[in-house]
Amino acid sequence: MSEAIIHTEGLRKVYGSKVAVESLDFNVEAGEVFGLLGPNGAGKTTTILMLLGLTEPTSGRARVAGFDPLRQPLEVKRRVGYMPDQVGFYDNLTGVVNLRYTARLAGLDRREADEAITRSLERVHLTHAGDKPVGTYSRGMRQRLAIAEILMKGASIAILDEPTGGLDPQSTREFLELIRSLKKDGMTILLSSHLLELVQSVCDRVALFNNGRIGLTGRVETLLQDVLGGSHWIRVEATGDNLEAAVARVPGVTKVARDGASLRVEATGDLRADIARAVVNAGGNLTMIAAGHASLEDVYTRYFEGVANAA
Amino acid sequence: MRREGSALSGAATVMAKELADNLSSTRMRLLELLIFVSGAGAVYATIGSVKDLAGLVGEDQFIFLRIFTTAKEPLPSFVAFLGFLIPIVSIALGFDAVNSEFSNRTMSRILAQPIYRDALLFGKFMSGLVTLAVVLAALWIFVTGLGILMLGVPPGTNEVVRGFAFLVAAIAYGAVWLALAMLFSIVFRSSATAALASLAVWLLFAFFWQMVVPLITLAIAPPDMFDPMSQLATINVGMGISRISPNTLFGEATQAFLNPETRSLGPVLASQMQGADRGAPLPFDQSLMLVWPQMTGMIASVIVLFTIAYIAFQRQEVRA
Repeated sequence: MSEAIIHTEGLRKVYGSKVAVESLDFNVEAGEVFGLLGPNGAGKTTTILMLLGLTEPTSGRARVAGFDPLRQPLEVKRRVGYMPDQVGFYDNLTGVVNLRYTARLAGLDRREADEAITRSLERVHLTHAGDKPVGTYSRGMRQRLAIAEILMKGASIAILDEPTGGLDPQSTREFLELIRSLKKDGMTILLSSHLLELVQSVCDRVALFNNGRIGLTGRVETLLQDVLGGSHWIRVEATGDNLEAAVARVPGVTKVARDGASLRVEATGDLRADIARAVVNAGGNLTMIAAGHASLEDVYTRYFEGVANAA
Repeated sequence: MRREGSALSGAATVMAKELADNLSSTRMRLLELLIFVSGAGAVYATIGSVKDLAGLVGEDQFIFLRIFTTAKEPLPSFVAFLGFLIPIVSIALGFDAVNSEFSNRTMSRILAQPIYRDALLFGKFMSGLVTLAVVLAALWIFVTGLGILMLGVPPGTNEVVRGFAFLVAAIAYGAVWLALAMLFSIVFRSSATAALASLAVWLLFAFFWQMVVPLITLAIAPPDMFDPMSQLATINVGMGISRISPNTLFGEATQAFLNPETRSLGPVLASQMQGADRGAPLPFDQSLMLVWPQMTGMIASVIVLFTIAYIAFQRQEVRA
């Protein structure tokens, strides 16, 4: 196991009487894509701000690239590129001028900055728009400009807060491609999102967040295995009476739920043949049966259902 | 524990960027228009009296300073004009300094760069101050130049020194309002609220303060008809309260700098006037001594307001 590049220990943040983040412990290894996953208001942004030293933790500590964000914020911020949720730029200035400003703040000299800006704009396919005011940019272009800023800075860690928020499917796909290419370059990426599918597709490991706590951490496949117990989802579309009961009697079926016109069946194995037989024997008209794919969303729902029931 | 790195690294970058923004903004075009109009107004006001003034050339050794102080109905004097104009310019420069970064959603991105918050605030304040200084210096040169054309005589050394001291006082006065506007831009997340709050304070001091002062004074130190000392005390209390207003401080400072005959800014007893050469001008250093408290007061207000703004900004949560 390589050394953790982001490390937190009992991180806690309280706003007034509201606990935003509670006893947070997680590690991000160098070079991996780590997803903070949870609904809005779960404490993801607060966590990120604490990692950047922009918010002071109430207690606990964090290390980013070996530095304490609270005591050595400049060292941390030199190594970390941050893309906030709904990133903003100065609309009246051009993309290049915006980047030049942050480059100067980051301590690059004029010539270095211009070279780095040209290179990073090319990388995110914004070269053509570099001299246009950011006010004319689309949402996706702004997000890409933010990535260009991170590249320009030469950051080894990228922290992206809701990176695909408000993007259309096409832009989202391009953006995910960009994230994958950053990973290929060896960048460590921490991203937060409430879009579970997105996280599933790019993240090596995820932490499930709820109410300021991390519920589960681990690799996506491992989580699927652990929480869902290696279960299969089968989707059945059929008409007929009392099909639920008939399907539920099939050995190996653990759960049957009606989902609109179809049935959602949870089973220990691929029981499509048995279920089809049961439907037909019960006098139903089977129109479709398909093996579903367990997703992170199922893990999420299942896990937090469990938490809520236990409470 | 000491923090590493300079609190001010990046301040120059912020200042340069803000200065460029200030100087190229539409707001600045409006301010330039305001400057031109007020300068022209001041000059117009003196045109009427230029004959009288020209008649005084050679007799009045401070004729040049009269350009700044001469009022001609219905226009106020240039100095009185500035008393109104400077706060407006300062407020216009400062009211959205910090909260616009939040509404643009640029704050967290900028603060994620390796700089301290101090740099952002210092840079913004300094750029506002430099812009203000440029505006006022331009106005000052504009009016002085017109004065040379009209009077046909160059200003004497003493007049230049006094005129420059007046410019410094004007910048200090503007800095007070700039610091106030920036404080409000931190305290209020909406720039409209910050602008309104700044204008409310300006209205209070520009128009209502002189009505409020007598009321407070009479409540605190009512004069006794038969005790002259208590009457003197009433006057002094009244002046003290009046001097809370930066407008009063600026007014007194300009009075001492531009009217060299001014010997006192408060009540003068007959015994104190004994042996005085009435109407004779004071040397510059004596005038400076006279308004030293006013100048110190204005600069101190800037420091206090900026400190409060600094603390408020340091404690502010970055997330919008």
